[in-house]
Amino acid sequence: MDLTTILIQLLNSVQYGLLLFLISSGLTLVFGIMGVINLAHGAMYMIGAYLAYAFVEWSGSFSVALLLGIPVMLVVGIIIERFLIDHLYKKDHLFQVLLTFGLILILNDLQSLIWGNDTHGVPIPEVLSGSITLTDTMQYPVYRLTVSAICLVLALGMYWVIQKTRLGMTIRAGASNREMVEALGINVRTLFTIIFAAGVALAGLGGMISAPLSSVYPGMGDSVLIICLVVVVIGGIGSIKGAFWGAMLIGLVSTFGPILIPSLASVMVYLVMAIVLLVKPRGLFA
Amino acid sequence: MENDYIVKAEGLQVYYGASHVLHGVDFSVKKGETVSLMGRNGMGKTTTLRSILGFVPPKEGKVEIFGQDMTGARPFNVIKRHLAYVPEGRGMFHNLSVREHLEMPARAGMDGKRRWTFDRVMETFPRLSERLDNMGSQLSGGEQQMLAIGRALMTNPELLILDEATEGLAPLIREEIWRIIQIIKNDGISTIIVDKNIGPILDMADRNIILVKGNIVFEGTSDQLREDPEILARNIGV
Repeated sequence: MDLTTILIQLLNSVQYGLLLFLISSGLTLVFGIMGVINLAHGAMYMIGAYLAYAFVEWSGSFSVALLLGIPVMLVVGIIIERFLIDHLYKKDHLFQVLLTFGLILILNDLQSLIWGNDTHGVPIPEVLSGSITLTDTMQYPVYRLTVSAICLVLALGMYWVIQKTRLGMTIRAGASNREMVEALGINVRTLFTIIFAAGVALAGLGGMISAPLSSVYPGMGDSVLIICLVVVVIGGIGSIKGAFWGAMLIGLVSTFGPILIPSLASVMVYLVMAIVLLVKPRGLFA
Repeated sequence: MENDYIVKAEGLQVYYGASHVLHGVDFSVKKGETVSLMGRNGMGKTTTLRSILGFVPPKEGKVEIFGQDMTGARPFNVIKRHLAYVPEGRGMFHNLSVREHLEMPARAGMDGKRRWTFDRVMETFPRLSERLDNMGSQLSGGEQQMLAIGRALMTNPELLILDEATEGLAPLIREEIWRIIQIIKNDGISTIIVDKNIGPILDMADRNIILVKGNIVFEGTSDQLREDPEILARNIGV
């Protein structure tokens, strides 16, 4: 590999890692603070991608699609938390797995009913469709850089909210001792709704901004769910910091792995997870 | 006067599964009052507190907070009506710094004023001011207890509930905690104290309640208990 290829792959892995972080952050927060395994998290990514497709088809503008898509995802998150997840807090994890798995099946079928089973594409927005010249022969697409920038800004924003605001303190306190948060006169249920809806919106946003990079197709959330669970487990369940470094690690491994050891390409990510768990059984930042 | 009551609970019947823990407990605290709750382990002291606060809803009975029926209400809803709870075990957040413990729940009191501010908590607990950036889990037991009380004061409560606030602490630290409880009492905040140190309790409490197996067997002033030590000997074993 020459230097330019390495640079481009590095940019790709950072972009993929940041995107994974965006999607995984909600999963890890919901799991860590609310104690709920949301297997339908990947389906939220899928809904986001389909919403981007539908709104771009309707309005012709990607920005309009984002502006409409994010509030829709928030509402979806609130509805799922209030009407479904709410019944699961005091129940065994098995119930959560059953319900959220059922939700995947229902949402996949709904997707099929509304949009059919064809693969769709979402065009890259006109202004971002160019490329930046790296060398005489190598170029890098502006849209990929934009995706990285959006994810980075959101990651920094999330860091700020969680570390510096009272809402963030309350969220962290909730991860440490939920009952004590309630004992300070704070409505933990409202806190849960906020966290869940934000997590769903972030996963959905991940789906929206990746729609122009990959195609939009049925079941696209399933593989994302698996890889996000890997990220969350590597980082340490409930840790946002862990989700960030876990996602960056998976980004690197899944970009460079297939190039360096092609024969192990399909298991590379799981191998890394196994090694991390052997060294740190509770994840990197648990 | 009826509306002098902060907490008024009547006939609390509480079960944990099949076991009957509270057998019709009546419990009240008036404004400015310091009430102690005594009894051996497992007699229902913590359960009484937790059923009033809504953590363990009573099967029968009624809980009023400032005259409003709060029976079966969720704990946050009860506690935000100007109560503060310092639970047994202190309820630290291992991932929050001392400063964050105090900033997180800060709010104005019943009159809309903030009598207890960050600065006043620092004055009252000078030890904490040296450890502002430490995490809750890095503090000693005594410091954790001070932080738990400081955190409760930041909500500017009318009633502070202290469950085993001096348990497991060295004698000097214990004295420090009692000194702080006295400051809180002098500040006009009502308190419910659950503790095993009879001496300081009797000095502090306006009214004492002794629980045996989920029943109130004594309710009266500290002087009554001092005059008849047999009551304490029989029911608590001191």
